[in-house]
Amino acid sequence: MGLFFHELKRNRLSLLVWTGVISFMLAICVLIYPEMSAQMGDISEVFADMGSFTAAFGMDELDFGEFMGFFAVECGNVLGMGGAFFAAVIGICALSGEEKEGTAEFLLAHPISRKKVIAAKLCAVFFRITVMNLTVAAITVLSVLIIGEKADVKVMALIFIAYYIMQIEIAAVTFGISAFIKGSGIGIGLGLAVGFYFVNIISNLTKDLEFLKYITPFGYTEGADIVSNEALNMGYLAVGALAFVAGITAAFLKYPKKDIV
Amino acid sequence: MKAIETASLTKYYKKERGIADVSLSVETGDFFGFIGPNGAGKSTTIRTLLGFITQTGGTARVLGMDNVKEKRNILEKVGYLPSENSFYRGMRVFEILKLSQSLRRKDCTARAKELCERLELDTSRKVEELSFGNRKKVGIVCAMQHDPLLYILDEPTSGLDPLMQREFYSILKECNERGATVFLSSHVLSEVARYCKSAAVIKDGRILACDKVERLGHTGVKRVTLRGVSVMPVISGARDIKNENESTSFLYSGDIKALLSKLSEVSFDDIIIADPDLEEVFMHYYAKEEGR
Repeated sequence: MGLFFHELKRNRLSLLVWTGVISFMLAICVLIYPEMSAQMGDISEVFADMGSFTAAFGMDELDFGEFMGFFAVECGNVLGMGGAFFAAVIGICALSGEEKEGTAEFLLAHPISRKKVIAAKLCAVFFRITVMNLTVAAITVLSVLIIGEKADVKVMALIFIAYYIMQIEIAAVTFGISAFIKGSGIGIGLGLAVGFYFVNIISNLTKDLEFLKYITPFGYTEGADIVSNEALNMGYLAVGALAFVAGITAAFLKYPKKDIV
Repeated sequence: MKAIETASLTKYYKKERGIADVSLSVETGDFFGFIGPNGAGKSTTIRTLLGFITQTGGTARVLGMDNVKEKRNILEKVGYLPSENSFYRGMRVFEILKLSQSLRRKDCTARAKELCERLELDTSRKVEELSFGNRKKVGIVCAMQHDPLLYILDEPTSGLDPLMQREFYSILKECNERGATVFLSSHVLSEVARYCKSAAVIKDGRILACDKVERLGHTGVKRVTLRGVSVMPVISGARDIKNENESTSFLYSGDIKALLSKLSEVSFDDIIIADPDLEEVFMHYYAKEEGR
């Protein structure tokens, strides 16, 4: 437990900043909705004329003039990208960051098994993601209450749950990669998150590429699907669960044998 | 039980040699010096003993425990000081010491306080504000505060001023007198000669010699100094000839009777025939290795 709390303590500022920025951005999006909704008629027509671009962001299936349609797209942009970046950065830095900063030698000179180090760091990563998501969700709900819009609670909860699962999956995959690399790996983590995001955009363009949704965790966070189905796609989630298990297994197999030089 | 025992310990980083066939034996209660230049394999040996890196060949036992299978138990009883000390940014010295204690699940507050006082370490300062020497002191306290059975110290005095070096060795000697084993790596021969009971010389990843410090000096080589002689007489087997202040000195490793016979023909004011100092011994082993 000592290492778990140490991880939380030393990363508290980064958690505060990420949570603050994502909450603020999401709250702003919600709070400007009443003003935007007045102009939504024109905007919806503009989006309707944008062809593939509209499809790429799932806006062809959503009514942007409705609050939930607007929320699903905006939430996708802010919590999707912001959350994915946050998860990727903290996942990729969890193990390799110690080597980059030279603190691995200090940590591993203590009588604590590397498997316990992995477990403590992994729990700390998931805990930080959980805290960030709960805070963002609470502030978003508060923002919705302030503007007085009627939100579909079930759909909204599903959107938040989908993004939470996505972040957990990205964190697990980058955590696994972290066990193999020696530098900070932030570039790899962010690159992976951006890659997943664009794979999802490409998969929205044509039915032939829809299989790509199995590869990217953004596949099951697609706002349009969640709003229209009121459920998460279990097929995409199952593949995500496999990636989650693979990431963590890789970390537990590699890190205990890794040379710390 | 040996404190450290390795047999043909080998570590290759892919094709690059780290250490090869390192066989060491350190008795419990010994004060052991591990001598070698930079890149000789001192740190690789230490990191392998402590399980930071896994050997590609051979075996190692620390305090009777296997370095791979019983790594956690070894670390429980060992105090390790790395050659370079890095700590978590933003933390203060006392927080680092507390973290180290919590990772060991041991309250060492009293011993930590005593060590900090003796080493004049300000525990309220942030670690990133500390000089190299002061970071070293934090590392020393972390390695010593839990009173381990075995101290493994990688170049412990680099960065410490002479007064602090003396205090550090004084603390270490007290621990050794209480029964702890000390294993330290260094390329400062004078400190090994002054404090260590036994030593090993390593070069290019291989052990060149391992024995009691005084016996390491018995290399069959003598340093001969002739006072009042400014021109070196021709003596077969003489090398490393130095001319200073009306004195001539040289290393001699041949037949001593032949030397005395030759010297009887030379006029000099005084003569000293002594074992060479550790630095010369060190160079002797290196020269011998290079001559192979």
